[in-house]
Amino acid sequence: MTAESTPSTPRTLEARNLVKDFRLRSGLKVSTLHAVKDVSFTLEAGRTIALVGESGSGKSTIAKMLARLETPTSGQILLDGKPASRSGRDAAAYRGDVQMVFQDPFASLNPFHSIAHHLERPLKIHNPGIGRAELRKRTLELLDRVRLSPSDRMADRRPHELSGGQRQRVAIARALAPGAQFIVADEPVSMLDVSIRLGVLNLLAQLQREDHLGVLYITHDLATARHFSDEILVMYRGDIVERGPADTVILDPQHDYTRTLLGAAPDPENQGMLRDEVRRELSAGRP
Amino acid sequence: MTGDAVLTATNVSIEYEVDPPVKAVRNVSLTLNRGEILGLAGESGCGKTTLAYGMNRLLKPPALMTAGEVVFHDRTGEDIDVVALADEELRRFRWDKVSMVFQGAMNSLNPVINIRAQLFDVFTTHRPDMSKRQKQQRSEELLELVGVDPKRLTSFPHELSGGMRQRVMIAMALALDPQVMIMDEPTTALDVVVQRGIIREIMRLREKLGFAVIFITHDLPMLIEISDRIAVMLQGEIVELGMATDVYRRPQHEYTKRLLSSFPSLRGERGDFVRTGAQSVSATLGPSATLEGGAA
Repeated sequence: MTAESTPSTPRTLEARNLVKDFRLRSGLKVSTLHAVKDVSFTLEAGRTIALVGESGSGKSTIAKMLARLETPTSGQILLDGKPASRSGRDAAAYRGDVQMVFQDPFASLNPFHSIAHHLERPLKIHNPGIGRAELRKRTLELLDRVRLSPSDRMADRRPHELSGGQRQRVAIARALAPGAQFIVADEPVSMLDVSIRLGVLNLLAQLQREDHLGVLYITHDLATARHFSDEILVMYRGDIVERGPADTVILDPQHDYTRTLLGAAPDPENQGMLRDEVRRELSAGRP
Repeated sequence: MTGDAVLTATNVSIEYEVDPPVKAVRNVSLTLNRGEILGLAGESGCGKTTLAYGMNRLLKPPALMTAGEVVFHDRTGEDIDVVALADEELRRFRWDKVSMVFQGAMNSLNPVINIRAQLFDVFTTHRPDMSKRQKQQRSEELLELVGVDPKRLTSFPHELSGGMRQRVMIAMALALDPQVMIMDEPTTALDVVVQRGIIREIMRLREKLGFAVIFITHDLPMLIEISDRIAVMLQGEIVELGMATDVYRRPQHEYTKRLLSSFPSLRGERGDFVRTGAQSVSATLGPSATLEGGAA
């Protein structure tokens, strides 16, 4: 594990002026969709940035660019101030440092392989020449860290024997396997049952403290974004329209879109308000 | 508007006859009043969908209603024993009196025929004497009602966004002017902003048309916001049933309290439950996390 204690200058993952355009073809017409327009931010080790916005706002495109699954149209991704390279040894090193946790734990694990296999692969790739006993030991350690116990029994299971929350913890362990310092979590709990969401988020937060990880938490749940992160970036149609410390963005939103998002978030404090509002509207004769 | 019952379930038990048998719903009694929104909350696997299916007689083997009765009180004053309905009567009852918006409704539209054909289907089955023109007119009316441009009638499902597909599903459920609509996680797959739009639409239509809604979801904050009453289900039983405000302000059952605490408050105090120590991690992962892996 790269359980480094806090280094004097924290490691950083920086997105600088990232732009991503997609070409859309409809018959002979070609149009361009600006999925991400000039986005910059810096993620420091040990900190969490939440990226919120509705579907189609470009959040996942940013995640994919950071995970090297998508090439930016322009702009740079810098790891510790150095541009991340696209090929060769440096690219492999980048992948060792930046890993992703996907939204759907039912789709992101291979039903054919055991849990152990999912963790052994990254361990082997990033530690060439690792012995079999050591491999097993590290695999079980990872499972213990994400609290899948007894780890020796869990290791030999297959994904279909696990619940959604357990699978997502396997996905987190897999992201940690190469010794990643930065985790890009794309809606990591939105597919999970409400009663276990907080548990998985807490686990991620604890691993973050232990390993001093930098986490980019992508979500549309503003409540967890506020409690789970240091900084919130609000995205709308490819632009970051508001950014700031988590509490400030939620409690004192400046941009109209942030207000819309906040207004759309369910809040039990508003019990009955929507009903009364609708009744007023109807009695006022509006359609 | 409220007060008299439209659907009463008494001591309903539903079992999945597999080996070993699974008691999905245990001795549940529930009354739905005319025009109210009743929220049914609980986590996956607690039996909320099974109960809803039971009330609409949609259970398929191996699921079987082993006990209990469901009575529908029609507008005309007639009482219909839902459990006793057979073939043709059952077919007429469904959708006409009680309609349903299914879980993953976005994917329950037929991808190879257009919206019009799917809406017409409802009328052809239930209102055989409607003329083509009437069907067309009613279909346009319905789409307008749920806020979709009637021109989209000729569209295929893939040409519509998720939110629009959901609205079409609601239009379809409204087609026969039902007295009860069962909505099973109607907005779970949608974006918050779109979700809000749809919820608003449902509330508006409820005021206008006066149907009662059973709203099934695990999103408790949303339920509290929109429901009149809330029933909390745990392992096939209703452990708490009360007015939405009471459930929120004065939850009685331990499970309700736990469920409420699993939603961090948006604007309230910054709680210490997130980013806390190891202890709380195992606490929040809960006992179910260490159980043998089942379906999630």
